[in-house]
Amino acid sequence: MERLTFTLAAAKQAGGLRQQAIIGVVASGNLEVMLERSAPSGTCTFEIETAAHGFGAVWEAVLNDFVARRAAGGLRITINDGGARPDTVALRLAQGVRLIEGDEA
Amino acid sequence: MSVISALRNETTSWYEASARQRIDALVDRGSLTEFVGPAARETSPHLAIFGLPTQLDDGIVVGEAALDGRAVLVAAQEGRFMGGAFGEVHGAKLVGLLRAARATRRDVLICFDTGGVRLQEANAGELAIAEIIRALVLARLAGVQVVGLIGGRAGCYGGGGLIAACCSTLIVTEQGRISVTGPEVIETNKGVEEFDSKDRAFVWRTMGGKHRYLIGGADRLVADSAAAFRAAAIGALSSPTVLDAGTLDAEQARLERRLARFGTAEDATEIWSALGIDPVDDLPALDESSFLARAGGKRESADGAR
Repeated sequence: MERLTFTLAAAKQAGGLRQQAIIGVVASGNLEVMLERSAPSGTCTFEIETAAHGFGAVWEAVLNDFVARRAAGGLRITINDGGARPDTVALRLAQGVRLIEGDEA
Repeated sequence: MSVISALRNETTSWYEASARQRIDALVDRGSLTEFVGPAARETSPHLAIFGLPTQLDDGIVVGEAALDGRAVLVAAQEGRFMGGAFGEVHGAKLVGLLRAARATRRDVLICFDTGGVRLQEANAGELAIAEIIRALVLARLAGVQVVGLIGGRAGCYGGGGLIAACCSTLIVTEQGRISVTGPEVIETNKGVEEFDSKDRAFVWRTMGGKHRYLIGGADRLVADSAAAFRAAAIGALSSPTVLDAGTLDAEQARLERRLARFGTAEDATEIWSALGIDPVDDLPALDESSFLARAGGKRESADGAR
C-alpha cells in the first residue's frame, strides 16, 4: 500500500448542498472516491491509498487536471484505489463532483 | 418518484448494479439513512497487513429505509470488493443490524453478494457468520421477517449460503447462485470428474436460481431488475412466515423425502424430470414467465425454512 496526500488550490467552489458523496468500488482496476465538504474553501485535499506503488507523479497530474477543470473547491476527497488507470480515476472524480452537486437525473 | 427515476428503477440490472445502486433502487426513493457509513471510516483493521486496499464501508451498506411506506432495515453487500466477503467490520455491521431488527421489531432485507468469509481475516469472519446466524434466528423468533435477495455476480456462497438458509424468504434471479461450497473449491478438493467449475451451464443448473427455486431452496424467482426485486420484497413482507418447532419439523421431513426421492440423481435435469416437469432440456433457456408457468404446481416449497 502506498499512501499519498495532496492539497491543491481549487479556485471554483463545489456546487450543490449535499454534504457527502461516494462513487466506485475498490476492485482490480477500479477505485472508490468519497467527497466531503470539509476542506477550506479555495483548496481541495486528497488522501489516497493505492495498491499500485510508485505512481505519485501520475496521480498529481490527474488531480491537477481535475481541480483545473471541475468545481472542487472546499472538498476533502478520500480515495481507495485498487490499481485503476488514470482515465478511470479521472472518470470517478468527475462522477463524484456531479454527485455532490446533487444532480441525480 | 419522477418519471426518470421510475424508468431507471425499471431498467436497473440487479446483476450489474453496485450495492449502493441496489439499495437506492430497492427502497422508497431517498428513504435510506445509512448506519456507520463511509464517512465513519470504519475500515478493516486486517487488510493493511497484507498490503491490500480497504473500502470505506468494508463492502457492506447497512441502514434504515422505507419499503412501500413500511419502515425496514436493509443491508447490501458489495460483491466486487473482496468478492463481497465477510470480514470483521463487514460482519459486525450485519450483526448490529439484525440485533436492531429484533429490538425494534422491524423487518430486514439483506441483498447478498458474497463468496463467504474473507480469507485474510478468517477467524473474525467465521465468528461474524455465527453471530449473524444467532442474531437472525433470534430476530425471526421475535416475529421479524428477514428477506434475502440474491442476484449478484458473486452469488451467495460459504457462510453467506448458511445465513441465507436461515432467512424467512429468499428472492433469487436466474443468475443468482446459492450454495455453501463454491464450484472451484469442490473441483480443487474432489477433482474435475466430480465438479467441472469451468462448465458454466453445469454450475448454473446445479447452484443457480432456477434450480434452487425448483427444489425449494429459494421462494421467489424474479427477472434481473431492481423493480422486480422491489415488487417481490414487498410481496414477501406482506405474506409473513413463522419460525417455530413445527416449521423445523416439517422442513426436516421435507428434506428427508427429498433425499429419498432425488438422492441418486447424477444431474439437476434428472431431478427436474422427477418433479414432473416436461420437457426439461430447454428449462435453463426459458425466460422467467415461461419458466414459472412450466414449474407451476410442480416445484417443492420450503415454507420459511430450508
